[in-house]
Amino acid sequence: MSDFTIPKFRLPGFVATLGQKLPQWPHGLALVAGLNAALKMKLLPESELAALEDKIFRVQVLDTGGTAHFTYRGGLFRPVFRLEREPDLAFAANLSAFLQLLARQEDPDTLFFKRELEITGDTELGLMVKNMLDAIEWPSMPKLPLLTR
Amino acid sequence: MSSLPDLVCPAGSLPALKAAIDHGADAVYLGYKNDTNARNFAGLNFDAKTMAEGIRYAHAKGREVLMAINTFAQAGRVADWQKAVDGAVDQGVDAIILADVGLLDYARRRHPQQRLHLSVQGSATSYEAINFCQREFGIRRAVLPRVLTLAQVEHVIKNTTVEIEVFGFGSLCVMNEGRCWLSSYACGESPNTVGACSPAKYVKWDKQPQHMDTRLNGILIDRFGNDEPAGYPTLCKGRFEVQGETYYALEEPTSLNVLAILPEIIKIGVRAIKVEGRQRSPTYVAQVTRTLRAALDALNEGGERYHVKPAWQAELAKVSEGSQATLGAYNRPWR
Repeated sequence: MSDFTIPKFRLPGFVATLGQKLPQWPHGLALVAGLNAALKMKLLPESELAALEDKIFRVQVLDTGGTAHFTYRGGLFRPVFRLEREPDLAFAANLSAFLQLLARQEDPDTLFFKRELEITGDTELGLMVKNMLDAIEWPSMPKLPLLTR
Repeated sequence: MSSLPDLVCPAGSLPALKAAIDHGADAVYLGYKNDTNARNFAGLNFDAKTMAEGIRYAHAKGREVLMAINTFAQAGRVADWQKAVDGAVDQGVDAIILADVGLLDYARRRHPQQRLHLSVQGSATSYEAINFCQREFGIRRAVLPRVLTLAQVEHVIKNTTVEIEVFGFGSLCVMNEGRCWLSSYACGESPNTVGACSPAKYVKWDKQPQHMDTRLNGILIDRFGNDEPAGYPTLCKGRFEVQGETYYALEEPTSLNVLAILPEIIKIGVRAIKVEGRQRSPTYVAQVTRTLRAALDALNEGGERYHVKPAWQAELAKVSEGSQATLGAYNRPWR
């Protein structure tokens, strides 16, 4: 058991200003690659995946200025580079909140109550995605301090 | 000091179940992925396969699995609820938590050996109601609605042989448990009918530059300033204009936390302490379970020296809905 925890932090404002000027596609590709890896390991339940078909998602990291759009189509997550309509579901938070969620250090409802996580768009889709991510049984990962806490 | 009550923790998913067991729950409670339970939210709960795995995991560590079938069988679909009861028995859960007297009767006749608990949704606040359910349906435990003072809980315990379970931590609502139709008033659906209060498809979080609006089926129920804590989108926790003033007219978003009165709860003979939150993540389950486990163990080791550690309060305050925790009805001077 490690005591390592991800602190709540906020990157200085210039990072976001700079980040917004950088190309956004690398975030999208990295995120989609991660999600597809989870698909390949069959970590995501098929019944719920069907409900994601053709939906557009936005993940926005407020303090880095990074934004990624992606969709799920034909059994794969795919980045969306040219947005033709508003996303169906959007998550927005600072980097530390996303990291705390990924490491299962904080509960999404807790972050939502504290206004550190914003969920807008189709609320039912949001709840389903949240519950789907919560239900993932991560296979024995290398014992990273973030994951063993 | 009486023996320690069981710590009963919520499991909305397999990882949450394992988190509860790993962090010291004596029992977990869970439900099927349908409207036979009152946390029927998209992506949550168990199918037969994950439930079998969950039961195996809990039983391997000597813990119990309680299955909530705590909604009311709807007209024309009674068989769906009966099937859920049969399924729970087949899967070998330790007890079924029921609210509907028709289903209690069915379970009693069909599966006389099965241990039955009366759900909080059954809304039994008096020992007469509880003893009735014991006589008619053989219930072994009753979960008390969160409306009784500690003295009233003690009075119930003194007048029944049915085990008594009370809530120890979690989000509060108006607690007209099993009889609440507020959600139906706004959107035509409520826990009793579809297994969900304020179903997500009716909820809209509308972000504006200066504030966030919460709408339930189009009805504005709250508006949060950018630094104001938010709560669940239920009608009872909305802010409304009443005689020219806008405020929480029914109930403020808040959480129950009984750490301060844990010794009294044990002293009066409560058999189990329940944690609310099947809709929450495995992280929440781990945080709350380990905190209450630590408190119960501290009591067990030295009852008289028990004091609430600031670290426990901090951990529970962090995950609470609303910015405050209360003792709820337990320490109310009036009844």
